[in-house]
Amino acid sequence: MDKLVEIRGLTVDFAQGGRSIRALHGIDLDVGAGEAVGLVGESGSGKSVTWLAALGLLPGTASIRGSVMLDGRQMVGAPRSMLETLRGRRVAMIFQDPSSSLNPVFRIGRQIGEALGLHRGLKGAAAEAEAKRLLDRVGIANGARRLRDYPHELSGGMNQRVMIAMALAGEPDLLIADEPTTALDATVQAQILALLQEIRHESGMAIVLISHDLGVVAENVDRVCVMYAGRLVEEAASDTLFDRPRHPYTRGLLAALPALDGPRTRLVSIPGSVPEPWNLPKGCAFAPRCGEADEACHGSQPPLVPVNAAERVLCFRTRYFPDAPASQPQPVPALQDAAFREAVL
Amino acid sequence: MFGFVASRVARAALTIGFVVTFAFVVLRLSGDPAMLIMSVDAPPEAIEAFRKAWGLDRPIWEQYVAYAAKALSGDFGNSMRDGRPAIELVLERVPMTLAITIPAFLIKIGLGIPAGIFAALHRNSVLDRLTMTVSVAGFTVPSFVLALLLVLVFSVQLGWLPSSGSESWQHAILPIITLGVAGAAVLARFTRSAMLEVLGQPYIRTASAKGVPWRRVVSGHALPNAAIPTVTIVGFMIGSLIAGAVVVESVFAWPGVGRLLVASVANRDLAVVQAILLAIAISMVAANLAVDIAYGWLDPRPRRGRAHA
Ligand SMILES: Nc1ncnc2c1ncn2[C@@H]1O[C@H](COP(=O)(O)OP(=O)(O)OP(=O)(O)O)[C@@H](O)[C@H]1O
Ligand code: SF4
Ligand SMILES: [Mg+2]
Repeated sequence: MDKLVEIRGLTVDFAQGGRSIRALHGIDLDVGAGEAVGLVGESGSGKSVTWLAALGLLPGTASIRGSVMLDGRQMVGAPRSMLETLRGRRVAMIFQDPSSSLNPVFRIGRQIGEALGLHRGLKGAAAEAEAKRLLDRVGIANGARRLRDYPHELSGGMNQRVMIAMALAGEPDLLIADEPTTALDATVQAQILALLQEIRHESGMAIVLISHDLGVVAENVDRVCVMYAGRLVEEAASDTLFDRPRHPYTRGLLAALPALDGPRTRLVSIPGSVPEPWNLPKGCAFAPRCGEADEACHGSQPPLVPVNAAERVLCFRTRYFPDAPASQPQPVPALQDAAFREAVL
Repeated sequence: MFGFVASRVARAALTIGFVVTFAFVVLRLSGDPAMLIMSVDAPPEAIEAFRKAWGLDRPIWEQYVAYAAKALSGDFGNSMRDGRPAIELVLERVPMTLAITIPAFLIKIGLGIPAGIFAALHRNSVLDRLTMTVSVAGFTVPSFVLALLLVLVFSVQLGWLPSSGSESWQHAILPIITLGVAGAAVLARFTRSAMLEVLGQPYIRTASAKGVPWRRVVSGHALPNAAIPTVTIVGFMIGSLIAGAVVVESVFAWPGVGRLLVASVANRDLAVVQAILLAIAISMVAANLAVDIAYGWLDPRPRRGRAHA
C-alpha cells in the first residue's frame, strides 16, 4: 500500500510553568492511501497531540521534533504557508465537540463555502450549489435551508455532519476524525460512524479514527494503534488485536469492553489512572497498573518491537503470553533473568 | 422584535425616572441651597424669600410632583445662580466636553483595541508583557495623578503645552491624552483577554485545520467573536462621552459639563445638577440600548435573560 503519511520519532514537549513537559515520546506511525487506522487510548495518552502536531496545529508552547512526511514532504518545521496549503486540502480534521468546533457567529453555508473557496476556488452560486450537494452527501436533508442556519440551531449530530461536509469540501486524501462521536448519543454515534465508512468506501479517502473506545474503533478500521502515556504500545490489524491482544494494556481495554450489543461506556475498569506526563514512572509507564509488572518493568523503558510483519508491541513480556485470549490471561512465569530478556528482545 | 424593543424602551424610561427621582431626593436632603447661594450675612427674611421663590419651603413630595410635571413638558427649571434655564446652561457646555471626550474616545479605540489584539497574538512575549505593564499602570494610576504628571512634564518642565484653560486648541491636548491613555489601557486589557478567550476556542482550531491562513483566522474568525464582549465596554465609553471627564475637566479647568457639575453641586444649584444627571442618564441608557442592538447584530445566538430570541 502506498504510504500517505509517515511519522517517525515524533516527540512533543510543552513549555509549562517554566518547565518542559513531554507529552509524546517518539511516535512511529504510518497511514497508507485509502487505509482506515484506529488510534485508541485513555484520555491524555496523546492521541490528539499526535495529529495536531503533525498538522502544525499545536500552540506556540509546543516544541515538536521528529519527522512527519506527507507524500514525501516534511511537515515538521515546515513554513506556515506550506502547512496551510496542505491542511483541509490533503489532510482534513474533525473534532470531538462539533457544536463548539463551528464558528458560532457565521452561518453553516458561509463556513462550508470558505473551505470551498480556499481549496476549489468556488464562489457565489457555484459554492452554494456545491455546499448544498455536500450537505446532501452527509445526510442533511433540506440543505438549501440548512445553509442559512447557525450552528446553535442544529443538533450535535447535525453539526458533526456539517463538520464532515466541511472536511469533504477540500477533497482530502486523509481525514483525521478525533473522537467524532464522543459528544453524541449512541444512535447518532452509530449513524456518524456509518457515514464515515460509507464516504471512505466511496471516495477512497484514508481515515484515522481516534477514540478511547476500542469497540468503536475495531468495527471501523483495518488496523489499530493503542497509545498509552505518550507512546504507541501496540499496533496490529483489528482482527488480530481483538483475537490475540498482546500488551497488558490492550488486554485491559478489551476486558473492559461491554458485551457486543450492550451500551458502550468509558473504559474505567483498569485499576488506577494514566500517569500525568510530568510524573511518569521511571520504567514502563504502565507498570503501576500492570498485573504482569516485575522489577525490570519498573526499572527501565521497554522498546517497541515488531512481533511479526504486522504487529508491534511495547512490553518486556510480550513473548511470554503470545496467544492468550483477552478475557483469561495465562499465568505468566516470573522472569528473573534480565540477560535472557535482553537476548529475546 | 417589537416586544423586545418596547420592553427595552420601557426599561430605559424607568432607569431614567429612577435616576432623576433619586437625584432629586438626595440633593434636597443634603443641604440648603439658600444658605449657599445667598451671602453669609444675608438677613433671614431674604433667605426665607429665596426659599419661597424657589419653592423650597414646600414639602419635598410637592416639590417633586411640580418638578416632574414640568420636566415631562420639557421644562427642567432654572439655575438658581443666574436664573437661566438649566438645560440651556448644560447644553452650551456639551460641545466643550465633546471636544475632549470624542478625540479621547478615538484614542482609546485606535490605541487600546489594536494593542490588546497584538498582545493576545503575541502572548507572553516581551511586547505583550510591556503592553500589559503599561496598561496596568494606565488604569491603576488615578486620572488626576496622570493629569498632574503630564502637566509636570509637558507644561512645567518642557513648556510645550498649556496646563489649564481653554483658550486655544493646544489647551485640549493634555486633557485628551489623560482621558485617552487611561481608557486605552482599560480597553487594551479587555480586548486582550477577550481575544485570548476566543483564540482558545475549538472553532479557531477548526478554521486553521481547514486551511484558512492565520491572518484570516484572526481577522475573519477570532475578531468577530472577540468583538462581542468588547462592545459592552466600548458602549460604556460612548455612554460616558458627556460626563466621563469630570475629574479631568476640573484638573485642567476645562469648561465642560463635568466642571459645571462640580460647581453646581458645590452651590446646590439644584436644577442644573438635575439637568446634568438627566443628560448622563439619557446618554448611558442610549449607549446601553445601542450595545444591545449591536449584540444582536454581532451574535446570532439567543442571549441569556433576553425576553425574545
Ligand atoms: N496545549 C497543551 N499544553 C500543554 N499540555 C498539553 C496541551 N495539549 C495536550 N497536552 C497534554 O498532552 C497530553 C496528551 O494530550 P492529548 O490531548 O493528546 O490526549 P488524548 O489522548 O487526545 O486524550 P483525550 O481522550 O482526552 O482527547 C496530555 O497530558 C495533555 O495534558
Ligand atoms: S513492560 Fe512490564 S509493566 Fe510494562 S506492560 Fe509489559 S509487563 Fe506490564
Ligand atoms: Mg483528544
